[in-house]
Amino acid sequence: MIVFDGVTKEYPDGTVAVDHLSLEAPSGKITVLVGPSGCGKTTSLRMINRMIHPTSGTITLDGKDTGRMKESELRRGMGYVIQHAGLFPHRTVLDNVGTVPRLLGMDRRETERRSLELLERVGLPTAFAKRYPAQLSGGQQQRVGVARALAADPPVMLMDEPFSAVDPVVREQLQDEFLRLQGDLGKTIVFVTHDIDEAIKLGDQVAVLQVGGHLAQLADPAYLLAHPVNDFVADFVGRDRGYRALSFQPTPHLPLAAESTVSLGERVSDRDDGWVLVVDGDNHPLGWVQAERVRGEVTTEMLHRGGTVARASGPLRGALDAALSSPSRRGVIVDDSGALVGTVKAHEVLTAIEETARPELVDADHPGASSS
Amino acid sequence: MTWFLDHLGDVQDRTLQHVYLAGLPLLLGLLLALPLGWLARRYKALYAPFTAGFGLLYTIPSLALFVLLPAIIHRQILDPVNVLVAMTLYTVALLVRTVADGLGAVPEHVQQAATAMGYTRVKRFFAVELPLAVPVISAGLRVAAVSNVSIVSVAAIIGIPQLGLFFTDGFNRDFYDPIVVGIVACIVLALLFDVVIIGVTRVLTPWIRATGGRA
Repeated sequence: MIVFDGVTKEYPDGTVAVDHLSLEAPSGKITVLVGPSGCGKTTSLRMINRMIHPTSGTITLDGKDTGRMKESELRRGMGYVIQHAGLFPHRTVLDNVGTVPRLLGMDRRETERRSLELLERVGLPTAFAKRYPAQLSGGQQQRVGVARALAADPPVMLMDEPFSAVDPVVREQLQDEFLRLQGDLGKTIVFVTHDIDEAIKLGDQVAVLQVGGHLAQLADPAYLLAHPVNDFVADFVGRDRGYRALSFQPTPHLPLAAESTVSLGERVSDRDDGWVLVVDGDNHPLGWVQAERVRGEVTTEMLHRGGTVARASGPLRGALDAALSSPSRRGVIVDDSGALVGTVKAHEVLTAIEETARPELVDADHPGASSS
Repeated sequence: MTWFLDHLGDVQDRTLQHVYLAGLPLLLGLLLALPLGWLARRYKALYAPFTAGFGLLYTIPSLALFVLLPAIIHRQILDPVNVLVAMTLYTVALLVRTVADGLGAVPEHVQQAATAMGYTRVKRFFAVELPLAVPVISAGLRVAAVSNVSIVSVAAIIGIPQLGLFFTDGFNRDFYDPIVVGIVACIVLALLFDVVIIGVTRVLTPWIRATGGRA
């Protein structure tokens, strides 16, 4: 656990970057620091590994004051990932990953074995081992950055906007894999981003910081969306809060309707009219066709692909979106293997939503309650 | 040509002396410029005085330096140490700025990553900053090498043996053969220094070849 206790950073010119920040980052969880530029989030992160020294206040790691530890040793126990990966351009991918184990005195052979293992773990082919960073794409470099931070198996990971320099598609991939990896490893992670959507997706808890280094609100993502404490947080969290909060609501039992389907290569039967769902041999939905427009056998080219598909075990947001995006107005629901289980209409999802509970408001956050 | 063949032994001796007088200061100058350049980078206030101050050394006419140095460092005028010291000063003059700028060209995020990995300042210099500054430093070293080969010949005027003696000799006797031989030998020597520096740089910077210069 990392604990900030009344931490302030004031620069000689009088600028206050971080103002009396008190915060706990629990072990094994992802704590996201989010806020606009100038809110002190990166400064706060760098005070953890003492790349920046606090003016006052203490930061403790598992009860030990980090100010009393030897800086290089403190840092070797904390993985660090930054925006442009910060890989060493003059070292091969393998040597980059092995940096901290080598600093800790691990022998070369063992370091290489570990590094190769980590490359696989972050989804890179081991054929990349002997390449140099400049020979990799931005997304691949970022994966190497993550592997390097994990190399010495540190209990703590500090991540400063690690995914913001890659394109949106790659970013989403990296985020998903990061969550999967964290599911296996359970590191204590402090993650800095300016992107509230990323914060809400990745954080077990989210700290919203305001310009001047004030902590505006610290809460889990669902609570943050449901109960922003003030206008600043409400504005920062942004629009569509009600809809986005559905990402954190598990789908309850929905009244699913059976859907008649047609396989690729078959003819649409005379009984069907309107939209018909097309499935493959494993009963996985492929798309919709409009019965009266189909002449002969159903082919891939005829498929309408606008509808999204939701998992029955996923969040409510998926189910609602499936219903809203479907050309037949019937949202396609599948099981975990991707096989069709039925369809649901938007009003049925809304009924389910009305019956779910919102995160309960904590007394201290009540409008009118005295706040700091 | 016949003059060259008749004096092959002389040419060989003086070339070797020339290599010694121009080459050794190149190494010594580099060793001195590394910490000075690092300081100029590390402390912002030192950058301007260091780069400008050491750069000024280069403007001291070499002949004046060759004549004055023996008095300053208490040596005989014919002692080759005078030339070694003078040439080392010229090398430092050219390299302090190069080293400082080379170290400064190491990307900020790379330095930060190195610090965050737990490199101590000294280790970071040798493991990250210096290797990445090699291409820039090497470019400066190539200029210094050519400059040294050329300036050393001036020491012939005060009688220090090296290729420059062919110029004074030819001038005194109004006889061009040794002058031509001296010029050709100087050019060959400068090229040789250049080839050696390029070769060493290539060995030290495998990533530049692998990535075609992207870093």
